[in-house]
Amino acid sequence: MNKARHNPLNMVAMHGALILYTLIALFPVFVILINSFKSRRAIFREPLALPNADSFSMIGYETVMKQGDFFLYFQNSMIVTVASLSFILLFGAMAAYALSEYQFKGNLIMGLYLALGIMIPIRIGTVAILEMMVATGLVNSLWALILVYTAQGLPLAVFILSEFMRQVSDDLKNAGRIDGLSEYTIFFRLVLPLVRPAMATVAVFNMIPIWNDLWFPLILAPAEETKTLTLGSQVFIGQFVTDWNAVLSALSMAILPVLVLYVIFSRQLIRGITSGAVK
Amino acid sequence: MTALTLNNVNKSFGNVHVLKDITLEVEEGEFVVFVGPSGCGKSTLLRVIAGLEDASSGEINIGGQQVNLVPPSKRGIAMVFQSYALYPHLSVRGNMTLALKQEKQPKSEIEGRVAKASRMLNLEPYLDRYPSELSGGQRQRVAIGRAIVRDPKLFLFDEPLSNLDAALRMNTRIEIANLHRALDASMIYVTHDQTEAMTLADKIVVLRDGRVEQIGSPMELYNNPANQFVAGFLGSPSMNFLPESLLQDSGQNTIGIRPEDLFLSDDGPLAARVSHVEKLGGDTNVIAKVQDHDVTARLFGQHAIAEGQELRFGYASERAYRFNEAGQRLA
Repeated sequence: MNKARHNPLNMVAMHGALILYTLIALFPVFVILINSFKSRRAIFREPLALPNADSFSMIGYETVMKQGDFFLYFQNSMIVTVASLSFILLFGAMAAYALSEYQFKGNLIMGLYLALGIMIPIRIGTVAILEMMVATGLVNSLWALILVYTAQGLPLAVFILSEFMRQVSDDLKNAGRIDGLSEYTIFFRLVLPLVRPAMATVAVFNMIPIWNDLWFPLILAPAEETKTLTLGSQVFIGQFVTDWNAVLSALSMAILPVLVLYVIFSRQLIRGITSGAVK
Repeated sequence: MTALTLNNVNKSFGNVHVLKDITLEVEEGEFVVFVGPSGCGKSTLLRVIAGLEDASSGEINIGGQQVNLVPPSKRGIAMVFQSYALYPHLSVRGNMTLALKQEKQPKSEIEGRVAKASRMLNLEPYLDRYPSELSGGQRQRVAIGRAIVRDPKLFLFDEPLSNLDAALRMNTRIEIANLHRALDASMIYVTHDQTEAMTLADKIVVLRDGRVEQIGSPMELYNNPANQFVAGFLGSPSMNFLPESLLQDSGQNTIGIRPEDLFLSDDGPLAARVSHVEKLGGDTNVIAKVQDHDVTARLFGQHAIAEGQELRFGYASERAYRFNEAGQRLA
């Protein structure tokens, strides 16, 4: 066994470092959470104090509930994130399987072409995307966002998943072929379950930027009925007056679903990250 | 009827010519072993027969029907892989029934076949376990069971024992031999281990560099090798090769003598200095230097021979094989 792991001094140092990092990472979330339960004056007087009987106030949450259609925004964000993730995982996995399993002309070129997207930020094409969306009449629809996020997520998904799919044993796929499974069945029933950790990794890496994105909702779908949560929260941030209670409350509520999804994926995620390195 | 006929089968990957004009026949009920050093194309040949790779040219017939364009699942074959290739998300029963379900066999038929196969392989207690809960030997038996339930015209084994430890390998080897007797099925077995080839085969196909070197029964190949490669590949320890000039002062040919044909003899023609002795109890293997050449002698029984000792070996000249410079056997 590793000696360093048993040395108590090393253990303390290791855990100390990890705890410190956790505190730093959680601090902003903590500040947002506690302040969302305080009155406006209390936020500015003592931003780091916990809410007490004096300063406790639900005014932020009340404003959020009254102003705008918070649940609609929430639903929009959910639809966009879940749909985009599903498409990224489905198409990314299929493309990755084709690239890793089948020998065809232009295989390498196709792989490089798909990987190119990792290096070029999609936002550079915003104007062109907007023109395209206007031309196709998709502006102010959730489809506009879903399509853009799918395109944005695919390159990295294909890149990561094809690496993992190359590790799936050829014998297993061949056994499936001899047993009369179709290529689709082999893909869905044999290969996908084996790359599940990689799928979770891709899902988490894509989920958070999509959920938090402000840029594309603002440009492609700013209509009231298609606003996402992040965009919806912006109504409380004015040029001159910002309703901090409402902003903090909206943010607190926006964190929740991401947290839930993350917990679902995290076990798989850790396996995904370490399986490449350790094996 | 022949179970399998290959006619001038070739296979190239790009510019690499892997299989060269392979022509051979497997009779009904025959156990044929493809043997050869790694990279000789034996696994590729098996995959071509299975339909996992397409032959670049040539004809493949299974059970009298040409199958060049038939997908693997419709060729009437079943394959056992080196890595077992069990479906990790299915139980043992699920692994064994998947292909039958895919063929839409009636339920009673499926159950009957699984029961029969699991009885043959002693898998009954494990039917509801998952592959990850089984030991290596059990997994191998499941892989074999998965092949048996399909009732194929031809079994294909791709180095099925190479992932097992030595003791288990011997047991499983015997099990496979028994299985062949019980099923009376045609089987093709790929291995690089000449012991497996000698013990299991009705017929051995020796391959080298994508070419068939010789086909015959184990004893035919052992007693009558066509060339130096076959002579050296079969038999353990392998045959000694010495230049003819060493033994009779002249000649360009190579003389091959099996280790068991060498015996201690005070006036023998081979003066040797012992470099290593392996005492196996029943046998004693003496590795010695004759001038610059390593020679292995397999002496029956136990002998008190030490390293560094000077010995003389003799051999019966009718038991020696002669090969020309190209490695071809001379009469």
